[in-house]
Amino acid sequence: MKSAVVLLPGLNRDRDMIAALTKISGTAPVTVWQTDTEIPDVDLIVIPGGFSYGDYLRCGAIAARMPVMRAIAEKAEKGVQVMGVCNGFQILVEAGLLPGALMRNDHLKFVCREVKLRVENVNTSFTRGYAPGQIIRSPVAHHDGNYFADPETLARLEGNGRIVFRYAEGTNPNGAINDIAGIINERGNVLGLMPHPENLIEPAHGGTDGRALFESALGIAA
Amino acid sequence: MIKARITVTLKNGVLDPQGKAIEHALDGLGFAGVGSVRQGKVFDIEVDGTDRAKAEADLKAMCDKLLANTVIENYSVAIT
Repeated sequence: MKSAVVLLPGLNRDRDMIAALTKISGTAPVTVWQTDTEIPDVDLIVIPGGFSYGDYLRCGAIAARMPVMRAIAEKAEKGVQVMGVCNGFQILVEAGLLPGALMRNDHLKFVCREVKLRVENVNTSFTRGYAPGQIIRSPVAHHDGNYFADPETLARLEGNGRIVFRYAEGTNPNGAINDIAGIINERGNVLGLMPHPENLIEPAHGGTDGRALFESALGIAA
Repeated sequence: MIKARITVTLKNGVLDPQGKAIEHALDGLGFAGVGSVRQGKVFDIEVDGTDRAKAEADLKAMCDKLLANTVIENYSVAIT
């Protein structure tokens, strides 16, 4: 299966994401620049983390209005898998491809540490490689990961299994409502999450808990 | 030339940790009786033309499309 990584000025986790996808799939992902209006035929489009446009205005706000995002929205409508990690999640939310908003961490500090995540829904193409309720480790590094949604949206997310990852064992690092770390769209092909699974995919990282996410999305049997 | 000021504020019920931190800092400076602080943003925008109604409609569209995140923020447009 083929993948693409979106490049925007100010992202800094693109190299890690490209390395992870290359390592796991055996093929380097194609890269797509912010002004590209066409995305090659791929099975997975990833928006990596970082600080696109210096987090000006709101995290992800400017990036979400770049031409490449229209192309991504079209691909998502066709059912192509789209994953946004950290700033990528913020961009997907700002672009309206996922509901809610990511606000400043409740303690106002940048957080860079490891958290525990509970895999809440394994019936998605991104998480089928995990066991239901499995607790996994994952690094986080962000200043604005405090997920917020209005009560109606939250009820819809909770009721339809669209909260895919939740901070577990008291490790919520940012005050996110209902410990939400990652959500999926209604159709189940657009996933956004604050943690960085790409940084825990080989023993040299100190663990491989993030690997199944990429193996699932890329159709690689674990 | 039409000049406008757009004010973006957090909706009621949306937690504002930055406002809270400022509130505590004001308290620390000895300003007693500060009930609450909510932080927002101000944009001063100049628009070509003289059609105020069109400018207001355009400015509101700018807020909806970019300047405010209407999931968490309200905005107001004041043409000066």
